[in-house]
Amino acid sequence: MKKIIDKIGYKFNLSEIQYQRDNLTFFTIDKESVVQMLTYLRDYEGFSHFVLMTAVDWIEDGLFQLTYILNNPKEKVDIGIRTVILREKAEMTTAHHLWNQVATYQRELKEMFGIHFPGSPRINEPFLLEGWDDIPPMRRDFDTKKYSEETYFPRPGRKTHDPAEYMKQKLYPNE
Amino acid sequence: MNKMHWLDPGYDRANYPEKRSDGSFVVDKASQKFVKIWQGPNHPGVTGNMSIELTVSGDEIIEAKTHVGYLHRGFEKLFERRKYIQVFPTCIRMCVAEPDYNEYNLAAGVEELGGIEIPEAASWLRTLVLEMARLQSLLRVVPGQGGTTGLGIGVQWGVYLRDLILDRFEELTGGRVYHMFIIPGGVRGLLPSGFRKRMKENLADIDEFIGNIDKVMFNNAVFKKRTVGVGIIDPSWVDSYGIVGPNARAAGFKRDVRKDYPYLKYKELDFDPQTATESDIYTRSRIRWHDLIMTVDLIRQILDKIPDQGDIRAKTPNVLHWKLPKGETYVRSESSRGEYGFYMVSDGSAYPRRINLRGPSYTHAVSLLEKMLIGANIADVASIMVSLQTCPPEIER
Repeated sequence: MKKIIDKIGYKFNLSEIQYQRDNLTFFTIDKESVVQMLTYLRDYEGFSHFVLMTAVDWIEDGLFQLTYILNNPKEKVDIGIRTVILREKAEMTTAHHLWNQVATYQRELKEMFGIHFPGSPRINEPFLLEGWDDIPPMRRDFDTKKYSEETYFPRPGRKTHDPAEYMKQKLYPNE
Repeated sequence: MNKMHWLDPGYDRANYPEKRSDGSFVVDKASQKFVKIWQGPNHPGVTGNMSIELTVSGDEIIEAKTHVGYLHRGFEKLFERRKYIQVFPTCIRMCVAEPDYNEYNLAAGVEELGGIEIPEAASWLRTLVLEMARLQSLLRVVPGQGGTTGLGIGVQWGVYLRDLILDRFEELTGGRVYHMFIIPGGVRGLLPSGFRKRMKENLADIDEFIGNIDKVMFNNAVFKKRTVGVGIIDPSWVDSYGIVGPNARAAGFKRDVRKDYPYLKYKELDFDPQTATESDIYTRSRIRWHDLIMTVDLIRQILDKIPDQGDIRAKTPNVLHWKLPKGETYVRSESSRGEYGFYMVSDGSAYPRRINLRGPSYTHAVSLLEKMLIGANIADVASIMVSLQTCPPEIER
């Protein structure tokens, strides 16, 4: 694993390298190099399986972390590529041309985190939420509790009973 | 556009709809020659709460779009507001068919980030539970493939046998569908007395079922006619669409997390996942049938090796005040559908910063299914979908 990372280190500027397991390493690179790195790893280092892509909201730093995990099925190793983008200008280069499923991940990230991937197919089509007009729900400043209290409420006409009291009245009405 | 009328001499159905140079169809919706059909969300041929928007020309599918969102419960958002131990009973709901892989992935991730080693007996019990989960899932999906072509008898046998495995789950864990057995740090209990005997009796019944389903389903002329050569996955799509598990194995790629990245006790067990090259619905179903045989064999091996006594819990901090060190990891296991993984990020607090599920259906039911349905017949949609073993809840976590 270290050999592969050293080799990549010659070509790209890696930082915060974290050897998590013998077969899993995370590192950070700048956002401009991500697609170049993904292409290099896929075409030259055998990382042909795109495992996942997701975002982490570091609201206190004003950043989104994007993580891409790639797998090399022959060597049986994984690489986690991290990059950070500004929350205020949440935009990232699309990688849909490299693997077909990436467009779906990007569509979900657009909807759930509000990260835009210009040029990605069907990027503006709703994925899970139709007619959503609030802030993207996976951002940490979206308050789930407040939303549910405002959106859902007890139906009028419904009555709640204390079970103990209710049964007592029903079974022993005269006591 | 082909302007010929179908009554004109020389009209060839194969020329319509017209194809572009890149292979896509020219869909002129104003021509009134195309119809939009929604398969699902309420449809017996749809595996759960999702729908497929089909554009058809005659009975041939020209365009397909997967729509999810009927079951979105916001689990990944909920996790961010819950302590690790509170995530544990929530995360299992992400996949109803096989909840145990969620338990295991969460526990394995927490243990890796927290630097905890689990005892030997707990490791064996986890392996048993994961294989039992695979068994009950395969008992639904193997005959379920026959159900999509109108062969209902296998489904009824499968449901009965699955119920027997759920009885064993109830005996071992207290729950039938959701078990909450694999907790961070170990498992909740040892094997009850007499469990081995009863499980082996159930496995004998399943052995009989395996032979019967081979005769009734895999040698059935209608089933073969409807599935051989239909719904083919090109081997070149395996990496470009992120195909895993039995779907990849049926296309000739020997990919199994249990073999490639051995976890728990799989290194000590003897098994060999089957592969094939035909890559159609029949072959995928056949691969799952082989998986069923392999799982029954694995459970027998585990039952012979599992200890009756021993520690089942590692020493862990008080779960209500358990803070994991800052870090991130990705853990995976092999579900009956393929690679099932959790990406976990901890910020050093008692709450997870992010837990992201990587389910096989995320790629199989969206990008791959949309591709596979083009050119297929409407009647084959359910078969193709079931052959990918899609599970919508893991798309909309």
